[in-house]
Amino acid sequence: MKLAYWMYAGPAHIGTLRVASSFKNVHAIMHAPLGDDYFNVMRSMLERERNYTPVTASVVDRNVLARGSQEKVVDNIVRKDKEETPDLIVLTPTCTSSILQEDLENFVERAQIDAKGDVMLADVNHYRVNELQAADRTLEQIVKYYIEKAKKKGELPEGKTEKPSVNIIGVSTLGFHNQHDCTELKRLMTDLGIEVNEVIPEGASVHNLKNLPRAWFNLTPYRELGVMAAQYLESEFGTPYIDITPMGVVETARCIRKIQQVVNAQGANVDYEEYIDNQTLHVSQAAWFSRSIDCQNLTGKKAVVFGDNTHAAALTKILAREMGIHVVWAGTYCKYDADWFRQEVSEYCDEVLISEDNGEIGDAIARVEPSAIFGTQMERHVGKRLDIPCGVIAAPIHIQNFPIGYKPFMGYEGTNQIADLVYNSFTLGMEDHLLEIFGGHDTKEVITKGISADSDLNWTKDAKAELNKVPGFVRGKVKRNTEKFARERGIGEISLEVMYAAKEAVGA
Amino acid sequence: MTNAVQPEALTFECETGNYHTFCPISCVSWLYQKIEDSFFLVIGTKTCGYFLQNAMGVMIFAEPRYAMAELEEGDISAKLNDYDELKRLCLQIKRDRNPSVIVWIGTCTTEIIKMDLEGLAPKLESEIGIPIVVARANGLDYAFTQGEDTVLAAMAARCPKQVLEAEKEERTGIQKLLSFGRKKEEVAAEESEYFNHPPLVLFGSLPDPVVTQLTLELKKQGIKVSGWLPAKRYTELPVIEEGYYVAGLNPFLSRTATTLMRRRKCKLIGAPFPIGPDGSRAWIEKICSVFGIEPKGLAEREKQIWENLEDYIQLIRGKSVFFMGDNLLEISLARFLIRCGMTCPEIGIPYMDKRYQKAELEMLEKTCQEMGAPLPKIIEKPDNYNQIQRIYELQPDLVITGMAHANPLEARGINTKWSVEFTFAQIHGFTNARDILELVTRPLRRNNALKDLGWDKLVKEEAKV
Repeated sequence: MKLAYWMYAGPAHIGTLRVASSFKNVHAIMHAPLGDDYFNVMRSMLERERNYTPVTASVVDRNVLARGSQEKVVDNIVRKDKEETPDLIVLTPTCTSSILQEDLENFVERAQIDAKGDVMLADVNHYRVNELQAADRTLEQIVKYYIEKAKKKGELPEGKTEKPSVNIIGVSTLGFHNQHDCTELKRLMTDLGIEVNEVIPEGASVHNLKNLPRAWFNLTPYRELGVMAAQYLESEFGTPYIDITPMGVVETARCIRKIQQVVNAQGANVDYEEYIDNQTLHVSQAAWFSRSIDCQNLTGKKAVVFGDNTHAAALTKILAREMGIHVVWAGTYCKYDADWFRQEVSEYCDEVLISEDNGEIGDAIARVEPSAIFGTQMERHVGKRLDIPCGVIAAPIHIQNFPIGYKPFMGYEGTNQIADLVYNSFTLGMEDHLLEIFGGHDTKEVITKGISADSDLNWTKDAKAELNKVPGFVRGKVKRNTEKFARERGIGEISLEVMYAAKEAVGA
Repeated sequence: MTNAVQPEALTFECETGNYHTFCPISCVSWLYQKIEDSFFLVIGTKTCGYFLQNAMGVMIFAEPRYAMAELEEGDISAKLNDYDELKRLCLQIKRDRNPSVIVWIGTCTTEIIKMDLEGLAPKLESEIGIPIVVARANGLDYAFTQGEDTVLAAMAARCPKQVLEAEKEERTGIQKLLSFGRKKEEVAAEESEYFNHPPLVLFGSLPDPVVTQLTLELKKQGIKVSGWLPAKRYTELPVIEEGYYVAGLNPFLSRTATTLMRRRKCKLIGAPFPIGPDGSRAWIEKICSVFGIEPKGLAEREKQIWENLEDYIQLIRGKSVFFMGDNLLEISLARFLIRCGMTCPEIGIPYMDKRYQKAELEMLEKTCQEMGAPLPKIIEKPDNYNQIQRIYELQPDLVITGMAHANPLEARGINTKWSVEFTFAQIHGFTNARDILELVTRPLRRNNALKDLGWDKLVKEEAKV
């Protein structure tokens, strides 16, 4: 047992659900007790989805414990197949079903007999993998399933596309700024004259998966999701994949150069150097920003970075290499992939921190007292407590991290967004600091306009205590309304009763 | 609806139970705040933790007095010893937080692996010297607010049986403190404001301001509230002796009621719940009638509240409301809204205890008759998919639903109100009736403001195969 208050990566089934519900017309059925369909709430709230989340639960209750859920799961799959005619139903095990050890594989086979769509069991072990690993695995599983299916039916298209083309693998629902990144990457590919063959899983149809081998190469922008699928495609079709995250000016250039190398090796003849140069010096503002006086002021400022592998590694490199900021430590919660992270960032920070324990991260922040933090929502709150500004760069995230406006982290527009994020975090901290030195804003105690200042009314102790329970931002209003009420009725002393009578009378 | 003949009595149906609700462990979020010296330890998996973390939003960052005892593979396969593991964690909690009680919340996983929490607790309790209360608030058996029910039922067993002499001093000490050093005569005079009736204990966790309001409401009738289950602190749990009267504040507390009746030999006052001015009046009247007290001024009070609500009621009169069902407050809310002039074709509800909610159901029926509204269908363990088909058919003016369906319904031009807000808002008593309508009318007010824009349907027509 582990005493835990907070976790960075969710349980395995969340990863599976993220992948399944990113596809078009794929439905996931969770084998789970009542209340475990919380994923639907998150998707509906965070992503502000207009459509119903294609996830239902086959509810595990007492009866299921007694009898087994056999018929129930099969019935639920067949029913969903009829109701929504999905292309694929993914039966998703949860922590509860893991311990029940029912033969879910068998249910899937039986349901497949009656279902028109395909049925599949997500192959993830709840106690061994987390959300990110499960997502990676499920994506590979689905890709493999449809490639093999097409092979069997002889429907696998021959050869590559005429022009250089790419599959973008790993864009998914509830991913940090994934939608914006995807748009930016497509734009980048268009600039480079590369066709986008498929984007998976977000918005993709499973019927199109058989087209994946037609791409000249695969791009996996996120370290956490998509690499397994890309490796499978490489081993099966020899399609090379590029796993350089185009985040930051230098890394974007490196990614583009790698693309150049890969497509030229397959007979294209492209030279992107001029494009990189032009973008870097004149289109993206980030390189100029690094050179500007603003950024000079950031030189040697201390920062810490924490997040998932992709974003924490990229941000560390941007801060250290592109802005001259001193990254005291950089960390990740992707413990299972810690070696990769160490290798990526060790030369750009003093220390590497690998941990899933938010307490440990909080302590490490308090210890080094950085001028700014770049982390998850958890680090933002640590920052609040310590009065250190924080830019959010990775999940876990809240609704404000699903902006409606265009805010990619990748590509050249992404470099602009990151420059803003970094600069705003630091200047806010500076402003605060200066204010403190010069005695703060004018005065905190604004002279109240209310009649309450020279009140002729007595508040009983109970009532006063009650008034203090009212949230600060409306307390003044409640006080004024109550006193007005009392005055109108000629009540001299305000007791609890008077307070509530006033509330009822004015309806506030 | 094509029903030509209206049914005479309420109809009850039961569907598949494929519906969305919160896991009952969510009760820790409001109970840890209510019981200030408690610590809630949820013994479960990452799934439970992930739910709590996301459902509670910012609360999680406020150093909450709850945590997960996250089970690992070794716990599941019994490689590790449950007792030793729990002891280690509880000692850590004792050291860091020193609570007056640790509440263990059993989950689906502890049920399935049959971890004997009830057996382990007394042993560990005597070893570490902190009371351990066990509540099995799991998704296998319960829905959302029923979590509180399991905790309060377990707490009911911990209420002191009678006031010990030594403690009496302490308790009156608290009384003295509450009376802010007023003179003895004054306190005695205050005592005389009450009728001489048998002790009454109220059960149900409500925010402190609402506790004060309802206590005062009964005081006006000369009824003294001897205690609340739960109290602000675990160490202040009320004395419950055989023969005490108890009354529930919330419709989802049937286990607590049963426990108080069977184990503590209390008499349950079965009344409608004090939600809405009609419910509040009925609740007080019923308590008065049990004690043989003639209620004073209730009719005028109710009338006055209704008058104050008129501006909101105008917005909903004649409109229809559909409850998808997820928190068990549905019957009381529907009854209130029908009294406001709404119609209600369907009340979905996770679980319907017809005995505990008897008075409330009768009042619902009576309200429908008096308002000339058709009797709603009550759907226990609803099936959300079927409900959505019915919603499309009925096109209700307002759907009260969980967040999983709210945005998709709004995108299809159907007004929704998020049901969970009713569990967190202050909705009890005369004073808070307006808050309920504030919630109910909010989507209508908002959508009225936008209605000329022609942005009702924001999804492309779905091809129906």
